[in-house]
Amino acid sequence: MTSVVASPPSEVPPGDPGDRSRAVPPARWRGGRGGHRLPRLLVLGAVVASVAVGLPLVFLVVDAAQVGWGTLGPLLFRRLTAQLLWDSVSLTIVVTFLCAVVGTLTAWFIERTALPGRRFWAVLVVIPLGIPDFVVSFGWRAIFPSFGGFWAAVLVMTVAVYPLVYLPVAANLRSADPAQEEVARSLGLGRLRTFWRVTVGQARLAILGGSVLVALVVLAEFGAFEILGFRTLTTEIYSELQNGYNSPAACALSVLLVVLGIFVLLGEGAARGGGRGARLGAGVARQLRPVRLGRATPAALGGVGLLVAVSLGVPVAAVIYLMVKGGNSTLPPASLLGAAGTTFSYAVGAGALATVAALPIALLSIRHPRREVRLLERFDMLILGVPGLVIALAFTYVTEHFLDGHLYQTPTLLIFTYAVMFFPLAVVSVRAAVARSPVGLEEVGHSLGVPRRSVFWRVTLPLIAPGLAAAFCLVFLESATELTATLVLIPTGAQTLATQFWQFQTNLSYSQAAPYAGVIMLIAAVPSYVLGRWFDRLPARAGPAVAPPPASGHAPGTMVTL
Amino acid sequence: MRRRSIRSGLLATALAGVLWSVGDGGGAPASASGGSITLYSGQHVQTTEYLIAAFEKKTGITVNARYDDEDTFVDQIQAEGRNSPADVFFTENSPPLEALAAKGLLSSVKPSTLAKTPAKYSSPTGNWVGVSARVSVMVYNTALLKPSQLPTSAMQLAQPKWKGKIALAGGETDFQPIVTSVARTYGNAAALRWLNALKANATSHLYPDNETIADEVNRGQVALGIINQYYWYRERAEVGASNMHSKIAYFAPHDVGYVVDVSGAGILKSSKNQAADQQFLAFIVSAQGQEIIAHSESFEYPIASGVVRTGETPLSQLQPNSISIAQLGTGAEAIKLLQEAQLL
Repeated sequence: MTSVVASPPSEVPPGDPGDRSRAVPPARWRGGRGGHRLPRLLVLGAVVASVAVGLPLVFLVVDAAQVGWGTLGPLLFRRLTAQLLWDSVSLTIVVTFLCAVVGTLTAWFIERTALPGRRFWAVLVVIPLGIPDFVVSFGWRAIFPSFGGFWAAVLVMTVAVYPLVYLPVAANLRSADPAQEEVARSLGLGRLRTFWRVTVGQARLAILGGSVLVALVVLAEFGAFEILGFRTLTTEIYSELQNGYNSPAACALSVLLVVLGIFVLLGEGAARGGGRGARLGAGVARQLRPVRLGRATPAALGGVGLLVAVSLGVPVAAVIYLMVKGGNSTLPPASLLGAAGTTFSYAVGAGALATVAALPIALLSIRHPRREVRLLERFDMLILGVPGLVIALAFTYVTEHFLDGHLYQTPTLLIFTYAVMFFPLAVVSVRAAVARSPVGLEEVGHSLGVPRRSVFWRVTLPLIAPGLAAAFCLVFLESATELTATLVLIPTGAQTLATQFWQFQTNLSYSQAAPYAGVIMLIAAVPSYVLGRWFDRLPARAGPAVAPPPASGHAPGTMVTL
Repeated sequence: MRRRSIRSGLLATALAGVLWSVGDGGGAPASASGGSITLYSGQHVQTTEYLIAAFEKKTGITVNARYDDEDTFVDQIQAEGRNSPADVFFTENSPPLEALAAKGLLSSVKPSTLAKTPAKYSSPTGNWVGVSARVSVMVYNTALLKPSQLPTSAMQLAQPKWKGKIALAGGETDFQPIVTSVARTYGNAAALRWLNALKANATSHLYPDNETIADEVNRGQVALGIINQYYWYRERAEVGASNMHSKIAYFAPHDVGYVVDVSGAGILKSSKNQAADQQFLAFIVSAQGQEIIAHSESFEYPIASGVVRTGETPLSQLQPNSISIAQLGTGAEAIKLLQEAQLL
């Protein structure tokens, strides 16, 4: 009934949108016959989006090249750079590894075992994604004043971003085929080995995909490390910009960061490897039977509880503590409500824009997985590893020099910038949803003579709607907490929650900063909750080749897989 | 087909609505009758907001202020080029203004405005005017150090006995004038040795800014640090005098570590509101503007129009070393040394 071979064309392995070569049999597009040419509109959309995303990267290289090698060489090849490179790389590796372990284990306990309060935990473990990393750092330091250094940075980043692994792995485990595990057990494989070789094996691509996002996000993180006093390549880029008025040096270091990002993507590509286990043929889909934990229940509960306490409890407790404690500020009072409204409207705009912009490339990469498309998509990923301030300066330059200053420091440009910065998150979410929507249904539409566009609106869009919503939520979350690009591009006189928080925090007015951190968490909790709930509504097994009707809420699927 | 067009119409309308609604919000407030100017301020919000309020009331000119790190503003203004929305640039230190002046991006300040401030506190080329001043001091935790144990010179902090006891903020702009001062007096090689020793002595107490140093010293995390005096006064205002476990102390007269830093303001050449900009500069160095600084909670020294601050050792009684604004320059030399010491 099941075997470890390539899946048939119409059944994309869940959590495996990356395995695009099998989404559509190669012969059907390599033939280059009429029906499978690249749709021009999609190509146009994908190229336009990629040009927007590519602008800051071009700016980086041009700016760095301006000063010439004579100046950059000594800056790049010195002890500090080597030290920072080592610290950044080791931090990234450790955090990515821990996130992979924590995210996968948590997903397994919540999706596959009879853990008491499963649904409750499923929502709580996603919320940390919505708490800005700098608020997490701030919370820890408020409670433990001397909290800092490498392991502090590891802890803060791990608890702040592990949901990027948890989400796709949970989706994968939820829809994976239990029969493979049963076969493995029946063939005499032990429980642990079955878990490692079959369960983890099935989720491998989801784990890898989430880990890549974690690695890129850690590389570009600034605020958390600034508060913790831990220096990385990214904090150094800010130092260069802030102390030397040395934007070329900062750009040179950013190029280094982008190169690291390329290594991350190459590494993921290599680790992804060949053979994949997936379900073959039309066996009867069965409900998963949750693993009974028995005497291990308290330990499992303790583990998940500890994770929630550390990732969610500490920042929340710190914010409440500081608000209760009170204190004077020499800063003028600010409008919490105004900042919340501004933050919300910008984040909604960015979420919508990024989601719509991600649609063409996501559709192309699944339905027309050519090499060029794949390259374009990977190129777009890189922007996640570029520091926000550098992206903001790039758009400053572009609007001032090519648009005569129009759009600069307007909400439109800020929203556009957010959409560019977090474009990869939208792409992976939408792409995963497209991968899960059976191309067969679209083909039925075509065969009935329905025009292509009509098929898109009436079949494709309803099928991938949850993925679009997931993309929107992720971009919303990240935009609502963005700080460094916001400081440069926000309209003069406006404040977001993050900028106002930062102003109080850097002036040591912690008790005034706390409510802003609190509202950031509240605003972020809603989409996190929605993300968590969607996952809970996923069908317990991947549907057969023909998907259930859209009304049944075809779930976001592996929304954050590469 | 009909359904499709309705749906796409709805989607487009929703998107347009979102963009429109945010496109309206948050913009600069409409200018009053007197016009408006945009201020890029690296100065403390506390002082700047009071100055702006008084200026708006007096002249009817609206001031739209944005706040960020003064050094980020230098990068930003350069990236903005001739279309920069900034009219006036107000900083905590002279080097950012000198950096823009060196690139020819600042206009000349009216002589009558420059005349309000002692010449030694303003741009040597007349491109910006000095507004307020601070002085570098030691801050020490009273439980960890006795006054008799304090060094008399910043150079002594390089001694091994300070290992693990001092805090250092190499990335803090206020630290650069001291580095420049050391380099001017003892030469670059000695300054680099001094920085390296300081870094070694600071061990894990390397902080991002003076605010953090003041706070960590007060909390007893570290014994001593070099800051500008007003951070300590602000900390006292915020946590209350009863929670202060630190004090400030001066280096010996004319020591290399005893430096006066000047905050100033200049006008962007690209500004289309030169007349209003000049009015703003004239206001902040007028008696009214200086009184606001003298009483503000940023605890800086007023330096123009003969106004003095009470409650702190008066500026006139201080005995800083004689390094000039021109010698402090753009801070490029200090930055190079800090980079060589791997502090930047």
